[in-house]
Amino acid sequence: MEQIKCIDTQVGYDKKALIGPLNFTIHSGNYWCITGSNGIGKSTLIKTLLNLIPPVSGEIIKSIPQTDIGYLPQQKMYQRNFPASVKEIVLSGTLNKGRWFYSAADKELATANITKLGMQEYINKPYNSLSGGQQQRVLLARAICSSNKLLILDEPVAGLDPNVTKDMYALIKQLNQQDNITIIMISHDVEYATKYASHILHIEKKEEYTVTVN
Amino acid sequence: MLSQLQYYLAFQFVQYALIVGVLVALCSSLLGVVLVLKRLSYIGDGLSHIAFGVMSFGMALNLLDNMPLTLFITIIVAINLIRGGENRKINAESALAMMSVSALAFGYFILNVNNTSSNIFGDICSALFGATSILTLSHDDVILSIIMSILVILTFIVFYNKIFSVTFDEVFAKATGIKTDRYNLLIAVITAIVIVIAMNLVGALLVSALIVFPAVSAMSVFSQFKPVIILSTIISIINSTGGIVISILFGTPVGATIVMANVITFIILKLLGMLIRRRI
Repeated sequence: MEQIKCIDTQVGYDKKALIGPLNFTIHSGNYWCITGSNGIGKSTLIKTLLNLIPPVSGEIIKSIPQTDIGYLPQQKMYQRNFPASVKEIVLSGTLNKGRWFYSAADKELATANITKLGMQEYINKPYNSLSGGQQQRVLLARAICSSNKLLILDEPVAGLDPNVTKDMYALIKQLNQQDNITIIMISHDVEYATKYASHILHIEKKEEYTVTVN
Repeated sequence: MLSQLQYYLAFQFVQYALIVGVLVALCSSLLGVVLVLKRLSYIGDGLSHIAFGVMSFGMALNLLDNMPLTLFITIIVAINLIRGGENRKINAESALAMMSVSALAFGYFILNVNNTSSNIFGDICSALFGATSILTLSHDDVILSIIMSILVILTFIVFYNKIFSVTFDEVFAKATGIKTDRYNLLIAVITAIVIVIAMNLVGALLVSALIVFPAVSAMSVFSQFKPVIILSTIISIINSTGGIVISILFGTPVGATIVMANVITFIILKLLGMLIRRRI
């Protein structure tokens, strides 16, 4: 099933295109890895796919509602010290279903996802007492509370040490293969990208890009 | 001393002061946690100066009750400040700094030019530092404060989870389909309401203390959202009630006393927090 289709899409800020025109189609169950040098506009592309900024030109056809997308943003500095427990943060991922208060099902889902990512012993711990890798797992658990269909990840391993990076990639692969969640991920790691991804979108220059099917 | 306190508590103006004091403390501390965590605490300070400007304007025009006008204009400014926060051309902080000093200067200017009151400096002083105004609240002011406070508190209860989400990670909330603009608007309106009501208690210059201190104090001992919110409201209510009672008993200025109580609480909790963290 087609989930996201870009037709002559140009992405950028203030009507200035950074990348494009792009043409590609993402199907459910795909694992897309977006690579390219720093500052080329990979995050801008992801933000456009997420509807956070409008495309400069062309169109993006999504057959999946905005409320059925999971997102793992790059962590901001101020968040590291935010006073919140693991549970509070992961639960907030269920809010996009439009309810004001958490239902019993929401709480079950949050607990199940925390367990799935191996964080059950930290469920009531403050977020700012966790290591960088653990914080990233919490945010990933929150993302899969928002959607079990499509997950968009912006450099999920930035700043993590090699072992933790390996675990993180294994987790993402598991979500893709066992739960059939579509993955769209920005990564600098060409080695891992080629190992797990089904498609690699490499952005070379503004108008130059390649899609490799793995 | 207890009998003295009992004697004062029988007066209606003291009861009014305590009711408004507790409500303002509750609202400002709830809002404070959100503003501090959204890194918007400077907005409280700026908005209060703008509210002072409008209030002076109302006084100069001899409006009998200038709270509705002040509320209205402050809400509009707050909405513009918080909503346009991320993609405006002039930095929001500089824009607010310019607006807030202009309003302060304008307010003082117009009160002096249009000298209608016999005690002009007393009026200005109480508008800025809340010296006596809490003890001179009219019946209507109290009613308006109560209604507004209940609105603010209900909003916080109903939207608690969404407000948490928008505060912790606005980009995530927006990307997953939550109408973040709507909640930012809500926070802006609440900020304006709380500041205008809180000005009655501590005056324009000291308002931001009510917003910032309880939140930061609570954060220095707790690292989870709900405990921070709860402790912050408790600190704020105790300090405001305590401050009002002390000021009545010893004749100290209300606003300054409440702020001093908050400063002392902050220092104590900060030290306590450092002690707890060292233990772990």
